Amino acid sequence: MADMTVDRLPDGRAAPEGTTMLAADGTPLRVSLQRSLRRQKRRAFLLVAPLLAFILVFFALPIADMLFRSVDNHIVPETLPRTVEALAEDPDPVPGEPVFVALYEDLVVAEAYKRHTQLGTRLNYEMGGASSLLRGTGRAIGRIGTDVYADQFVAADPAFADPARWAAWMVDPAIRAALPETTDAYDAWARFTIEADNDDPAEEQPGDMVYAALWRDLAAGAQPPGLPAVDVSGWETPSIRELMIEAESGWGDPGIWSTLRTFSAPYTAGYYLAALDLRLSEDGIAPRPASERIYNALFLRTFVMSLLITGLCILLGYPVAFLLSTLPARTANLLMILVLLPFWTSLLVRTSAWKVLLQQQGVINDILVWAGLVADNARLVMINNQTGTIIAMTHILLPFMILPMYSVMKGIPPAYMRAARSLGANDWTAFWRVYFPQSIPGIGAGSILVFILAIGYYITPELVGGTRGVFISNRIAYHISSSLNWGLAAALGTILLVAVLILYWIYDRLVGIDNVKLGG
Amino acid sequence: MALPRYATPAQRAWHYGLRVIVGLVLFYLVAPIIVIIPLSFNARDFFTFTPEMLALDPAGYSLKHYRDFFTNIDWQLPLWNSLKIAPMATLIAVTLGTLAAVGLSQAHMPWKRAIMAILISPMIVPLIISAAGMYFFYSRIGLQGTYWGVVLAHAALGVPFVIITVTATLVGFDRSLTRAAASLGAGPVRTFLKVQMPLIMPGVVAGGLFAFITSFDEVVVVMFMGAAGQKTLPWQMFTGLREQISPTILAAATVLVTVSILLLIALELLRRRNERLRGLSPS
Amino acid sequence: MRIATWMGSAALALLPMTGAALAQEGETLPPCENCADSMVIMSWGGAYQNSQLKAYVEPYVAQTGITVTWDESSNEAVAKLRAAQEAGNMPFDLVDVEGPDAQRACDEGLAVEIDHDEALAPAPDGTPASEDFGEAIVNECFVPQIVFSTTFGYRTDVAEWNGQTPDDICDVFDLETFPGMRSLQRSPKKNLEWALVCDGVPAEEVYDVLSTPEGIDRALAKLDTIRDSVIWWTAGAETPQLLADKEVVMGSTYNGRLFSVIAEQGQPVAMLWDHQVFDYDGWIVPAGLSEERMNRVMHFLRFATDTQRLADQAKYIAYGPARASSQPLVSTHVDLGIEMAPHMPTNPENMTHYIVNSIDWWADNQDEAEARFQNWLAQ
Repeated sequence: MADMTVDRLPDGRAAPEGTTMLAADGTPLRVSLQRSLRRQKRRAFLLVAPLLAFILVFFALPIADMLFRSVDNHIVPETLPRTVEALAEDPDPVPGEPVFVALYEDLVVAEAYKRHTQLGTRLNYEMGGASSLLRGTGRAIGRIGTDVYADQFVAADPAFADPARWAAWMVDPAIRAALPETTDAYDAWARFTIEADNDDPAEEQPGDMVYAALWRDLAAGAQPPGLPAVDVSGWETPSIRELMIEAESGWGDPGIWSTLRTFSAPYTAGYYLAALDLRLSEDGIAPRPASERIYNALFLRTFVMSLLITGLCILLGYPVAFLLSTLPARTANLLMILVLLPFWTSLLVRTSAWKVLLQQQGVINDILVWAGLVADNARLVMINNQTGTIIAMTHILLPFMILPMYSVMKGIPPAYMRAARSLGANDWTAFWRVYFPQSIPGIGAGSILVFILAIGYYITPELVGGTRGVFISNRIAYHISSSLNWGLAAALGTILLVAVLILYWIYDRLVGIDNVKLGG
Repeated sequence: MALPRYATPAQRAWHYGLRVIVGLVLFYLVAPIIVIIPLSFNARDFFTFTPEMLALDPAGYSLKHYRDFFTNIDWQLPLWNSLKIAPMATLIAVTLGTLAAVGLSQAHMPWKRAIMAILISPMIVPLIISAAGMYFFYSRIGLQGTYWGVVLAHAALGVPFVIITVTATLVGFDRSLTRAAASLGAGPVRTFLKVQMPLIMPGVVAGGLFAFITSFDEVVVVMFMGAAGQKTLPWQMFTGLREQISPTILAAATVLVTVSILLLIALELLRRRNERLRGLSPS
Repeated sequence: MRIATWMGSAALALLPMTGAALAQEGETLPPCENCADSMVIMSWGGAYQNSQLKAYVEPYVAQTGITVTWDESSNEAVAKLRAAQEAGNMPFDLVDVEGPDAQRACDEGLAVEIDHDEALAPAPDGTPASEDFGEAIVNECFVPQIVFSTTFGYRTDVAEWNGQTPDDICDVFDLETFPGMRSLQRSPKKNLEWALVCDGVPAEEVYDVLSTPEGIDRALAKLDTIRDSVIWWTAGAETPQLLADKEVVMGSTYNGRLFSVIAEQGQPVAMLWDHQVFDYDGWIVPAGLSEERMNRVMHFLRFATDTQRLADQAKYIAYGPARASSQPLVSTHVDLGIEMAPHMPTNPENMTHYIVNSIDWWADNQDEAEARFQNWLAQ
């Protein structure tokens, strides 16, 4: 408190009158102090604000954005809006004509915008074969046989082939009101004709789906004013349901419909379930088939290998930190450089070094063969497997273990050990009962740090881990850049992030983030 | 901790045993980095010591991988990109980071713990997650694949190091100095520049070095965030390692090790200066 | 599923390589109006990108003075294009992809459709481009450059093989006669086909079997038998390097990459042509380019895919040009001076058994096959 009012409230100045203490400018001291405190707070906060805003916008927001992706499922209701709506009212395993009509129109539109393939890719995450089904349907959708409707209308009256007439009809409110299905189909057709094909609807004959819709309106008894009168009775009217199933038999299979029903909402837990080797079906949550269960094992592997690496770092780091903390400062500083050099050396350099060393024709195998420990045709396989990942990552993370241990051990007074010995403890007891317990905070700090860094590792496992020495991060990267399953990547990433943040929180509790030491 | 003359055999074994173990661990730490240096002078395109090299035959050594590194556009372009990106990222991280660290070390900083946790988080969050999030988000705002996109991303990654090193120097900061400056009539800005700044300078420089090396070594985020025009040296090394293991990588690695050693020396000098300034003898 | 008969007589015209190169003067480049002055080209890196650089990018740059930046991420082309489209910011002007990826990009609206006869130069004899390229134009978005094949190379100095050399694709699956590590692509493409062939499926029926529910499982089960002896590669340059370093004794890669190891570096490596898988590689133009960039790209494409330029490319790498009219012009390697014909995948001696990659099957089923393959690999 004293440090903040120096220039305003000269020390020792007594309150001039009354019982209220007043500051130099006459305001009560309490108010003045509070005002000053607020000002201090504001000033401190203003100093932090630019960086906080920067980190929030360019770091935290992107991560939050990614979390959103892990539940986002807008592609289904946005690509198939009519189908999703119609499907909600049709409980049959393979739904009836209205749903197929909706699906037909949705897919004609989606195909024009080339969105059906993305939908197929999305649905394929939930049901194998959905991608091929939608790609195949997309190719066939223009010629599944709905042109008979158009042909019959044009044969009945050539006006139905005239784009300009159509355009005129479809702006007439009375016609629009009388022909709801036609209006909807025409509007959708006109929109994609403008947006996707860059054509003028007033110059193009409407698509087959518009004629099919017109037939449905007329067959339902609509009597639009101003349209040429046609008698639709006795026409050839193939069912769109049958045409679609004929074009791609997959639509006759309940599987795709069940998948569509389950994933029709704009948000889904599907990616998280997939990340846990589960799947969402109409009957609830169920395990995935054995051949698709990989993530639990991968999370477990990431966890176990990170623990192993952390354990190795403790084993290797403890003696180093212990010796360094007992040596004279000059020697210790010199040896510390050997710890800091790898810490400062590029990760890529260290990984390339291990790649060179661990190869079958690499330096280590050469030495082993030269020394006669290993036969030339039985060289050790130390890379592209778990061994490679463990050796290289232990090396890379070891300094992160030694540095916190060292700074804790540095603070343990040597007098304690001497006292223990003089009280009759032997060396081991003195170490184990007196020194070791005091060094535990160092082990704790180092271990959490190493573990946090290890479970998120990507580069080193990617380069030396082969297929069995890779971590969950590698799988996330695969889904982002190769399989393009960004939702699953985001879900896996979120799970990993939560694990890391819990550890981070524990670390903060135990050690305090402001106590992180970098390079002594 | 010299071994006393009356030490028992067990103590003796422990004494030397410990030194042997530590020696082996230090060897494990340093040997892989050292071993690539001679290999980078290999006259042939191999990753092992050739018989000529072991015989110390000068014909077994050559500078050809260095020539490739310093003349080949595939390496020079990334090197220059790294040198363009890292200083800018460092500048942003150091400027904002130092201000924030000064703010955070004030006695009355509100929500200090929470803010600190947020500012340090780029160091803790797995890089692949930062990279993925930034990739999607920066794409949306048109920064993906641009110089500034990479610079901003790298600046965010460098910030924790600046915060940590600068707050560390401020922990031991004697507040009576600012009060003295203020009572002598200096404004807050002047006080900061004339009194605080010289004292926290080692922390700022150290933080800057960390931020620089973070950006200079970073590969995951830049691979997602950058386009071909922002290919950096580590990215080229990663591509080289995964796709075409050319011994030029070892020359590049040796150059980077040299840079690390120089930075390490700079840091060590800073540390000594810092101790001197604070009146602590380096003993 | 149909296996296309070999891509038409066009490529076979390559056989009489003696055909004296019809020395064709490089036509002078017409001016490019309202064109961007730089391009970002996505390609495969390594020897292949170098052949593009030498055969037509450098000559084009020399004549126009534009700057060209390379992005070596063609093996993730579709992903990169999708991300760029989502961002509404297309960093690439021209993208080099394999046929199935071109199909995917085209299906997804990531690439623009091209009128081949209008956009590309006719053959010297006036044959329109669409006829000159023939079946190589696998879809409306694709401008073909080369015919390549994916095949195996093996080391010729493996002591454990007791003098035997692999001459059958199924020797890859024979760990007893041919022990040692193999390198295979970390992708279902081609591996599934080979696995089925070696599991007794006739090459013509491979895609029919793959289309059945248990087809992929059957292929994966066959791959399981050698799984522990496989290093998986993601870039075409890896197998040559692994072979040169003796890290593997045999491995699959693109035939041109093996040519570099054998003919240019003189490594003790030989080709195993049996059941090579043919494929096309070519350009696609991403959707969403500005008018200036589009003008520049089309100007370049017309130059880079003309008869002479595609023939020039074969001087640097052993891939067959996709134009019929380029094939008589293919001659000798630019540095080594050796005839390129015996090293071409289309050389009849190399074509005793082959598989033609089914663009349709892969475009439709890649999502599914990729997911199954990667799950298998991760287990």
